[in-house]
Amino acid sequence: MEFTPGNLLTVTFATYAIGAVAGLCCLRHERPANLLTFGLATLASACGLLAGVLCLAYSPAFGTVRMQLLPTLIPYLSFSIRVDALSAFFLVVVSAVALAISIYSLGYMRGFYGRKSVGLLGAFYNVMLLATTLVFLADNAFFFLMVWEIMELTAYCLVSFEHEQAETRRAGVLFFVMSHIGTGCIMLGFLMLFQAYGHATGDYGSAAYSFDNFHALGDRMSSGSRDAAFLLFLAGFGIKSGIVPLHTWLPAAHPVAPSNVSAFLSGVLIKTGIYGMARVFFDFLPGTAGPPMWWGVTVLSIGTISAVLGVLYALMQHDLKRLLAYHSIENIGIILMGFGAALMFLHTGHPVLASLALIAGLYHTINHAIFKALLFLGAGAVLHATHTRDMEHMGGLAKRMPQTAFFFLVGAVAISALPPLNGFVSEWLTYQSLLQGYGTTDSLLRLMFPIGGALLALTGALAAACFVKAFGITFLAQPRSEHAAQANEAPSTMLLGQGLLVAACVFLGLFPTQFLKLLDPLTQSLTGLQISGQLTVANGLVLSGVNPNGGTVSTLGIAVLGLCFLSLPFLLRLVFARGTNVRIGPTWDCGLQGLTPRMEYTATGFSKPIRMIFKALFRPRREVQREYDFSPYFTNTIRFEAHVEEVFETRIYRPLNRWVLWASRRMRALQAGSIQAYLIYIFITLLLLLLFAL
Amino acid sequence: MNLDPISILSQTALLLALAPLITGCIRNWKARLQNRRGPRVWQPYFDLLKFLRKDMVISEHASWVFSAAPYVVFITALLVGLMVPMVTTQAPLSLFGGVLAVVGLLALGRFFLALGGLDPGSAFGGMGSSREMTIAAIAEPALMLALFTVAITVGSTDFSYIVTAAQQPGWNLFNPTHLMAFAALFVVLLAETGRVPIDNPATHLELTMIHEAMLLEYSGRYLALMEWGASIKQLVLMAILVNIFLPVGLATDGSAAMLGLGLLIFLGKILLLSAAVVLVETVNAKLRLFRVPDLLSAAFVLAAMALLSTFLFK
Repeated sequence: MEFTPGNLLTVTFATYAIGAVAGLCCLRHERPANLLTFGLATLASACGLLAGVLCLAYSPAFGTVRMQLLPTLIPYLSFSIRVDALSAFFLVVVSAVALAISIYSLGYMRGFYGRKSVGLLGAFYNVMLLATTLVFLADNAFFFLMVWEIMELTAYCLVSFEHEQAETRRAGVLFFVMSHIGTGCIMLGFLMLFQAYGHATGDYGSAAYSFDNFHALGDRMSSGSRDAAFLLFLAGFGIKSGIVPLHTWLPAAHPVAPSNVSAFLSGVLIKTGIYGMARVFFDFLPGTAGPPMWWGVTVLSIGTISAVLGVLYALMQHDLKRLLAYHSIENIGIILMGFGAALMFLHTGHPVLASLALIAGLYHTINHAIFKALLFLGAGAVLHATHTRDMEHMGGLAKRMPQTAFFFLVGAVAISALPPLNGFVSEWLTYQSLLQGYGTTDSLLRLMFPIGGALLALTGALAAACFVKAFGITFLAQPRSEHAAQANEAPSTMLLGQGLLVAACVFLGLFPTQFLKLLDPLTQSLTGLQISGQLTVANGLVLSGVNPNGGTVSTLGIAVLGLCFLSLPFLLRLVFARGTNVRIGPTWDCGLQGLTPRMEYTATGFSKPIRMIFKALFRPRREVQREYDFSPYFTNTIRFEAHVEEVFETRIYRPLNRWVLWASRRMRALQAGSIQAYLIYIFITLLLLLLFAL
Repeated sequence: MNLDPISILSQTALLLALAPLITGCIRNWKARLQNRRGPRVWQPYFDLLKFLRKDMVISEHASWVFSAAPYVVFITALLVGLMVPMVTTQAPLSLFGGVLAVVGLLALGRFFLALGGLDPGSAFGGMGSSREMTIAAIAEPALMLALFTVAITVGSTDFSYIVTAAQQPGWNLFNPTHLMAFAALFVVLLAETGRVPIDNPATHLELTMIHEAMLLEYSGRYLALMEWGASIKQLVLMAILVNIFLPVGLATDGSAAMLGLGLLIFLGKILLLSAAVVLVETVNAKLRLFRVPDLLSAAFVLAAMALLSTFLFK
């Protein structure tokens, strides 16, 4: 067998399928089920990763890989896949993250032995991986929607896997409903594309569902239907990726899933929305005329709002996994800022800058996939050790779980966009494209770029604050509970899974120019330009904006020079501090009888200043109940409760929900149970349809 | 745009040597304005030497993060210092990063500083970390927007490029854009270096300290690194301010006369700005924590107005 992407992909799909079947076969045998399902998923994702990298690195040699997976007899539907550069990029994203998560799961699933069916979870997991991979590769709108739906359903099953808790069930249903509203929008969008193609060519056959024929379809659509399709896809894919205000399901659903699944949901699954937007906004809809200005303005605004609100709400969480879930909203926002800027540049006729902004968005896509998966895996390890998601019951884990703590810290630095790791690189590219965008237009709209940049800075600084809290409260100081005090380091497979992602963070952070070369075929296909050469100076050691005078950065240089500077403190120590001792002593306690964990700063306390500053948004509410005998200064018991209002839920979703329920109650009058009435309805409908047809 | 080991080394030496002096000057002058004699200008050097020679006491609750933080704070301050032009128009490390890397590296230092504050498990440290991160979060947009305004007018995020552009004839020193951006950055400088009215570097009163609260558990050479890092950061932020907005007297080539003159003028400018900081510190009282956001949002609005004014004053 030859070592080609096509063959590797066949192996990938077959192995995922076998993994799923194997899981169902060993429902009663936990150990073999664990080894088989996740072992096979590891193998499959490794093959997928290799295939994706081969496609990107040797794109001229392999070209666009096409395959027919299954024969079909149904018209319009063809089980065909096509791996162009964009698909290959997302294939790399899904496979790299799936590889690390699968290895991690080998250890993590042991916590489910005797509690839940490991085989069932493994089977769902493999199907979800297979479906997600196929979403990125599908070449036919029907096939795309089919695998999309399979992906949604398996994800729903996994979200509500621990359905014994009411919270999980509620989150699962919310996920299910919101996903399907999104799928509905996407279906309508595809129908519009189908109609546009058929109308233009007269061919309403299966060709009208092929992605090849959708390319630059915008040229053949009227501007009204193009805009409508844009809005439908924006809403549909936006729900999937969790943009504000369509995000409410995300922080509910992601935390309640098992942690390895959460890592996949937050790292990869929401990226299917990003893939859809990239595909539709840059491949299908623009055409030669380019997108209208307001598309870019809309996407950039939504991105900025999602980024700022996502991180602000993240700061208010003390459930570690919920906090991470809110950060996904923030990062999707940052990705969309790149996409929005790219759309604006396409409109104003600056393809080089558009490529830069697009690359910034896509670079952030893979970065977020990697560090978010890493952080969720870390959270899973912590959960595994402390049996709680509440940060207020953690603490002191850096001493008890040093490797996990280190890995989590790397993820925290990366997601806070701090140099020299990967989050910084992609945000640097985003900033550069925004700043250089200022000169592309004379209208006042150009103020959006620096203002967007400033809000991105706000987002970055708030994210740093949030991860100081997340890492500091979880891993540092004294343990705040018995469970935390007795936590043990995670097993080696779990550490290996996280370690792989840490290596990816470091690689993508220190060697961005190497990675950007892989994106050349991608920008070639979407904007017609290869710009990695323009982004590289000094033999690839330094990254530059497209214009080298516009600013350069070298994370590798910063890291190397930083390590060199490390000699300075050691030199000082040799010269001056020779013979000094280090004593271990108690923390200063103001003369009390020692500090207890209850005196430590809490996660809620840490974020209080931010809560007060943004109180117009959060509307914080607190209740204090104290019982005392003779003076309020000597309380017997005290109960404290603090709440933050989730504006979108209370102001938009709940009224909407009430309205829908009210409307459905009214509608019930129609369903009176008498057959005669139903016959009349059918008759009237028929008449109306006939009238309409005339 | 090349790396020159000699200029890297000499600027590193300048940063290390000059930073404590600026801190000393500010303390001494502030004392004099308040009718005290105050510590000598050289006192910070003696302090550093003393800290380096002392034993360290490390909290029993602290982990390796506590020990890593001083190194990160110190090294990021040095790296940032090399990306900003001081005496010459060309910063030694411009190739490795400009405005964005500087802000990022400062944030990295702050990130570890705040973790170091949380690690020993004292409520003071947690309070300091929480407040530091909050203030940084609202100062950063103003900082970025003010720097963006300058970067946009020049078309580059590279400090050397910005400063070189400012040497060209036709660069208007007192155009309203620059004045407003300068005012915004000055407020950010006060916030970032922990000065009155945002923080009080001279206090150890529980409820008012921010920066000092995070350093409370540090001692010995770790404290030396922290203090030194903080003064270097202060020097660098001041250098950004004076060299962008008052870009006179920077050496444009490597001749000894140029360099000597450049160094003198740079010193003069920094001391002038220090005097301004001393004045502000003396005539103002520290703001309540929840009044600080008002001040910083005023800085943000100033930066936004600076940006808008680029339309009006071309």
